[in-house]
Amino acid sequence: MGFVGDTVESIRSMQIRQVLTQIISLGMIVTSALIIWKGLIVVTGSESPVVVVLSGSMEPGFKRGDILFLHMSKDPIRTGEIVVFNVDGREIPIVHRVIKVHERQDTKEVDILTKGDNNFGDDRLLYAHGQLWLQQHHIMGRAVGYLPYVGWVTIIMTEKPFIKYLLIGALGLLVITSKE
Amino acid sequence: MHSFGHRANAVATFAVTILAAMCFAASFSDNFNTPTPTASVKILNINWFQKEANGNDEVSMTLNISADLSSLFTWNTKQVFVFVAAEYETSQNALNQVSLWDGIIPAKEHAKFLIHTTNKYRFIDQGSNLKGKEFNLTMHWHIMPKTGKMFADKIVMTGYRLPEQYR
Repeated sequence: MGFVGDTVESIRSMQIRQVLTQIISLGMIVTSALIIWKGLIVVTGSESPVVVVLSGSMEPGFKRGDILFLHMSKDPIRTGEIVVFNVDGREIPIVHRVIKVHERQDTKEVDILTKGDNNFGDDRLLYAHGQLWLQQHHIMGRAVGYLPYVGWVTIIMTEKPFIKYLLIGALGLLVITSKE
Repeated sequence: MHSFGHRANAVATFAVTILAAMCFAASFSDNFNTPTPTASVKILNINWFQKEANGNDEVSMTLNISADLSSLFTWNTKQVFVFVAAEYETSQNALNQVSLWDGIIPAKEHAKFLIHTTNKYRFIDQGSNLKGKEFNLTMHWHIMPKTGKMFADKIVMTGYRLPEQYR
């Protein structure tokens, strides 16, 4: 009872100025996170600078729950690079390796074929029906850096929303009840 | 002031900071490695060479691939992805890169190898330009780290030529 009573008491006894300060500091945390994310988008040139690996198709290089840092430079796509691409009609982007590239003489347009290191065949079965090649506009970025395990946080939170709300609630309560 | 929460928070923050610094240091140390890899690829046989029904040339070949990539491995290397690609230019395409064979080297002990294989992926042109075509065989490798930045490089081998006639 003591903890709950104290909490209620501390909320009740708060002054308006203190509440405002806490709202502002909470706002600062949220906006600085947003600034960092948007800044990363600008610097890397990729609409999603960090992706979480969701499948085992690139094992043993990348496992589920690892995160990749993407970069989208002007350099043309070449074989061997690990790219993140979106297929028309599919929500979730795929992280696979480029195995074939054909670049036009005149327009510099590229035809790209990809494959997961751990998959037996190439990705034509994953592409939209009848699609043989990926083009530049399907590519969201190429992987340049790697960090293991960190992505599990987001996988757990998307798959068990209960834990997400519990975490948000606990953090919120902590911010509201903290004295200084 | 020094409640359990504060202490737990301080320990967690410190642990994460140290871990991040160690990841950065491990990845940075890769820059001090100057590898000296060697590679050679021989075409032992053109198994068949034909024009498909849709008008694209396709060739099947037997390759002899040998390489010593052990100098690529550092303490931060998880694996090396290695592949051999045929690279050539046609009147339509400024660059064609067709991967013919690839493999994953899990450890330094396996980085010196000699492989005798037919092309793992189909060598198909966009069009019918392969008769008598000169091309390069390039060995590429991508170093996948335990953490941090990925590195890639290649050895280009020139002077390969496809036959003048289908067979």
